[in-house]
Amino acid sequence: MMESSVKSDAAAERSRSLYRDAWRRLLSSWNGRVGLALIFITLVTGLGAPIVNPYDPTTDSNLVESRYPPSLQHPFGTDRLGRDLFRRVVHGTRISLLIGFVVVFVAGAIGTVLGLMAGYFGKATDTVIMRLMDILLAFPGILLAIAIVAVRGAGILNTIIAVAVVGIPGYARVVRSMVLSLRERDYVDAARMIGVSNTRIMFMHILPNSLSPIIVQMTLGVGGAILFAAALGFLGLGVQPPAPEWGAMISDGIPFLRQSPHLVFFPGMAIMLTVLGFNLLGDGLRDALDPQLRD
Amino acid sequence: MTQYIARRLIALIPVMLGVSLVVFMLIRLIPGDPVIVMLGERARPEDIERVREEMGFNRPIYVQYAEWMGRIIRGDLGTSIINRTEVMDELKYRLSATIEMIVAGMIIGVIIGVSIGIISALRRNSWIDLTATFGALIGVSMPIYWLALILIYALAVNRQILPPSARIDANLNVTRHTGFMLIDTLLMGDLRLFGNAVWHLILPSFVLSTVIMPILARLTRASMLEVMRQDYVRTAEAKGLRSRTVVIRHALKNALLPIVTVVGLQLGGLLGGALLTETIFSWPGMGLWTYRAILSRDYPIVQGAVLVSATIYVVVNLLVDISYAYLDPRIRFSGG
Repeated sequence: MMESSVKSDAAAERSRSLYRDAWRRLLSSWNGRVGLALIFITLVTGLGAPIVNPYDPTTDSNLVESRYPPSLQHPFGTDRLGRDLFRRVVHGTRISLLIGFVVVFVAGAIGTVLGLMAGYFGKATDTVIMRLMDILLAFPGILLAIAIVAVRGAGILNTIIAVAVVGIPGYARVVRSMVLSLRERDYVDAARMIGVSNTRIMFMHILPNSLSPIIVQMTLGVGGAILFAAALGFLGLGVQPPAPEWGAMISDGIPFLRQSPHLVFFPGMAIMLTVLGFNLLGDGLRDALDPQLRD
Repeated sequence: MTQYIARRLIALIPVMLGVSLVVFMLIRLIPGDPVIVMLGERARPEDIERVREEMGFNRPIYVQYAEWMGRIIRGDLGTSIINRTEVMDELKYRLSATIEMIVAGMIIGVIIGVSIGIISALRRNSWIDLTATFGALIGVSMPIYWLALILIYALAVNRQILPPSARIDANLNVTRHTGFMLIDTLLMGDLRLFGNAVWHLILPSFVLSTVIMPILARLTRASMLEVMRQDYVRTAEAKGLRSRTVVIRHALKNALLPIVTVVGLQLGGLLGGALLTETIFSWPGMGLWTYRAILSRDYPIVQGAVLVSATIYVVVNLLVDISYAYLDPRIRFSGG
């Protein structure tokens, strides 16, 4: 009993130091550092906004100050309804981050379970699951998301569902390919021989060893989900006004592009910097978790 | 090779059946009566009855699916609820506009993306390489519709260098032969019209090219670095060949293989990007058409457009796989 606990402590120590090494490598790479900094700023903005500056988009309009250019008082100017654009962009962070994280959590969880099952059980289970994923992959992503929203209606929940459905096959594929290479390992055979249940083998033995690519995929996935959700918002099919959603804010500014380009410029910058943060971090993580991959 | 193609074609059948089922179920999953959703609450009862009859909603669901599939296979995608036009007829015209933009976008994306990738690989870790790497990351992080609007503002609104919308000036008449504006204007033998069409194509296709440009630049860089390490490149260098010959004839030729695949696989991204680009540039292609149909709940158009886009995507992926297997024999024998 004691011996096994000593062993598992050693294993835990090894995996801890594996991740600690990865973390150190991440912090020493420029993309990891810049990515973390951008995400930190976005998170602080999103979490801090309601504390520092509570906001109710429905009672915010002030038509007298419609479409003011950027100034000291309004750093990003004001929009069509005279609302302070800086405030709306800052509060929009919450919507985008919420969608990004929830989508990745949902799509990542479903995709991971499907990928584990497909890879571990093989045969008919694999065929059925992967064919279903092929069907989802057969649709250009944005088109599938739009079709889902068209059927279910606009709004934040349906945006999350639509973007998550598009993301599931990506996770399933990554996890499945990891499982296929791990399934034949000795420790999996050993676990099976001493009668460990399939579920336990999948989640306690195989999954922890395939975490690296899942973490990378999820990090890049947050950025992807934010881009996707903003595109839906831009098309008027995502989060609905007056909520300060970045994509919808851009499309709101189109009629005034000539006179007030700031209406389009700032929300787009917010999307780009946020997504850039997650893409940089994802890249940095890929290098940090698998140093051999680095060219 | 024949065996490989046959295997791939057979694997395609369940996928396409699944795709058709998803598209078919699309309308049926709408909460409430789909006919009323399409026509609106105030529709006349006779219209509701007509559309219900037309779309076969009063028959059992499997009969509906079988009938619908039968029509699809015959090339009948139904009629638009709003315009009463044949979906298939309009689709042909719309598709050519989209294909024209996608092909132009692909050409621009490949030329610029691959060039940047080669330069980055040859000047590894120089400021050009770092700028290109960072630029590529910005490229994939940027909403394409936002870039389109910024470019419209800079090049079409602020200074009238390029037109902000449409495929050709409104006062010009083009006889439709193929639906491809560049080909049709050439067939008319009028270079002024051709130039005008090219002029209108530049901005949207450049914007669309940014979907694949950063991906290609990164991939070319990685692929070139990989190839430049190979023995045959070293041999070519040792033989005393000029470095240009080594890069182009020996390295690039081999580095291009994964690039070809990715261009094909990115078609889905390009189709999605086309949807957003078309809505901004009022480009009368599939994307704008589908988008408007979704807003007006013209579901036969939505179904037709989604089905055709998915089919194109699947077929192109298959062609890419086949061409790849043709170029790299290891793939055909691995059973993949």
